[in-house]
Amino acid sequence: MEILKPAMAGTLESSDAQVTVEPMDGGIQLSLQSSVMNQYGRQIRETVLETLDRLEVKNAKVTVVDKGALDCTLKARVECAVFRSCGQSAANIPWGGAVR
Amino acid sequence: MIPRPKPERFRLRRTMMFMNAQKPGLIKDAYIYGCDSIMLDLEDAVAENQKDAARFSLYHALKTIDYGDTEVIVRINGLDTPHWQEDIRVCVAGGADGIRIAKCESANDVRTVETAVEKAEEEFGVEKGRTLLMAALESPKGILNAYEICSASDRLFGVAISGGDFRKCMQTVFQPDGVDMLAARGQMLVAARAAGVQCFDTVFTDLDNEEGFRSEVLQNKAMGFDGKSLINPKQIRLVHQVFAPTEKEVIQAEKIVRAYREQSAAGVGVFTVDGKMIDIAFIPGAERTLKLARVCGMYEGDLV
Repeated sequence: MEILKPAMAGTLESSDAQVTVEPMDGGIQLSLQSSVMNQYGRQIRETVLETLDRLEVKNAKVTVVDKGALDCTLKARVECAVFRSCGQSAANIPWGGAVR
Repeated sequence: MIPRPKPERFRLRRTMMFMNAQKPGLIKDAYIYGCDSIMLDLEDAVAENQKDAARFSLYHALKTIDYGDTEVIVRINGLDTPHWQEDIRVCVAGGADGIRIAKCESANDVRTVETAVEKAEEEFGVEKGRTLLMAALESPKGILNAYEICSASDRLFGVAISGGDFRKCMQTVFQPDGVDMLAARGQMLVAARAAGVQCFDTVFTDLDNEEGFRSEVLQNKAMGFDGKSLINPKQIRLVHQVFAPTEKEVIQAEKIVRAYREQSAAGVGVFTVDGKMIDIAFIPGAERTLKLARVCGMYEGDLV
């Protein structure tokens, strides 16, 4: 998917993560802040990148502010931000396909 | 991916606790509280501009979190909103046990949802008929049409009244003795029993009023409800206590079922237990008491 406009999903509440995606050329630029960076930083980064890969996002600036979210929450926030940036978050989501 | 067993249409549902599907902190460990069902909410608890985010969150929660024996129901948005169709797709794709239809007013509403569920089951390769339904009656029209709603679908396991909206329609407010909703509760119960489905009472929202909550739950039990919707884990224990049979009831039920089996094997239809007349009409009630007692850890015999 192509990131068309800046979009955000999630909150800064405990167990959540706030994910922002913005259009950018030249690959994925991920910046990550996390309250559990030392313990889970690498895993969070992997989950975010895997999710972007599954959605075929090749170019984007991605900012994640993590407040101890589980993997399933991270995925949900990344996906929602990407679908929002394409204006496609409201209906016909490929549940079980690219979203899984 | 957590495979969930096929949902049971008629199971124990004393407590159904509402949870905002958009709040990861809430839904990640909702099963630890021990309620019979959790109700992940896509409707009123989720702000209009977060409906999309709530679905992504719901999908991954359903697919990832092991809710164990706790039933997982999702409350979808009303049929008068642009959200309900996608709500149904995500519920079915994620494998929710059931869907609660908000603001249900007719058998037609149930069938509209049923058709969309069937389509989604086909789309996502889910066993046809797996996804159960329940209907929330929130308006006078819903209450008047309770019977046709209760008998509209083989997937429908029960109906619940929703007090907030209903009281507004009736131009009344909460009354401690329940008189504000007495007629509606009664009518819904009669309809549900006539159609052979379950019936659930509304939430009690004043968390600090413990006496008020207790008396409402006692009244629910006395009226014959199967269970109650809850908004806070601290309400679960009392409902389970009130809905549990007493020790005396369990002993009596055991005697009745045992005596009935012996007597009917000997060709006797009506007999007495402790001086009271018993015939086949008493058996379903006694068996239900024993089943409930088993779940509550009060009965370990082999009659049910």
